[in-house]
Amino acid sequence: MTTIQSVAGELEPHPDVALVERVRGGDVSAYDTLVRKYERQIFRISQHITQNREDAEDVMQDAFLKAYEKLDQFQGNSKFYTWLVRIAVNESLMRLRKRRTGKMVSIDEDLETEEGTVPRDLADWAPDPEQNYNQAELAEILRKTIQGLPQGFRVVFALRDVEGLSTEETAETLGLSIPAVKSRLLRARLQLRERLSRYFRRKTGAKETGPGEMGRGEMRVEK
Amino acid sequence: MTCTEFLALLDDLIDDSISAEMRAELEQHLHKCGHCEVVFNTTRKTIEIYRSHEIYDMPTGLRERLHAAIMARCKNGC
Ligand SMILES: [Zn+2]
Repeated sequence: MTTIQSVAGELEPHPDVALVERVRGGDVSAYDTLVRKYERQIFRISQHITQNREDAEDVMQDAFLKAYEKLDQFQGNSKFYTWLVRIAVNESLMRLRKRRTGKMVSIDEDLETEEGTVPRDLADWAPDPEQNYNQAELAEILRKTIQGLPQGFRVVFALRDVEGLSTEETAETLGLSIPAVKSRLLRARLQLRERLSRYFRRKTGAKETGPGEMGRGEMRVEK
Repeated sequence: MTCTEFLALLDDLIDDSISAEMRAELEQHLHKCGHCEVVFNTTRKTIEIYRSHEIYDMPTGLRERLHAAIMARCKNGC
């Protein structure tokens, strides 16, 4: 069997490895520990992909159950978490396909757009812009904004920036090349930035006092 | 360095996956270019906000239902 150490280049095996071993030995409570550790992430990822609460609940349940049943197939040459995320991503896409029967669903759709590749809104933001909204308002703004992204950008941003997977792990999980992940991540970040700008930009009462009329100029970027 | 060149390396700067020399070049551009400075700061802020705010709360009872489902499988399997 491949050892975690040799593959990940770490000296200490990941703590999940011991938990997985215990589950394989018949200790279900060790699986509860893994569930508690990752349930939020798996639920969030499922929400990001399905954009539907009930679907996300089902996906989370199915993903953990499937992982439990397939635990013998877990090789240990990737992290347990990454392996689990891959199962959740696949379950989410399957769920989407069921909902929109006949319509192709993949993380490659809707990527024709050039929107957001060139920053247009160049206004600076307020120092702590999120503090101008209460929790519920802010969550609504963030949800609405990320839901407006094309699927293929949204998933990359969610895995890479929200859940903290590395570029390599994100590529592996989604079956994308590393350059594809990088290009989608940049565009996702820029598009979110652009869309959030209308909520977070510095509210200037009267005329702008700073030099150069920032925010009204065009960025000089070759197409 | 042009704004286009800066933008192409924006992610590497944000993710800190960049050589010291390249970082110095990018920072030099930032000092001179207000637009790129705004794009850099607000992009970084965008990521930080999404990272630090829970936008999808997990429904209550979901964990318990999952636990029950796993226990049911376990009775058959182990
Ligand atoms: Zn610039």
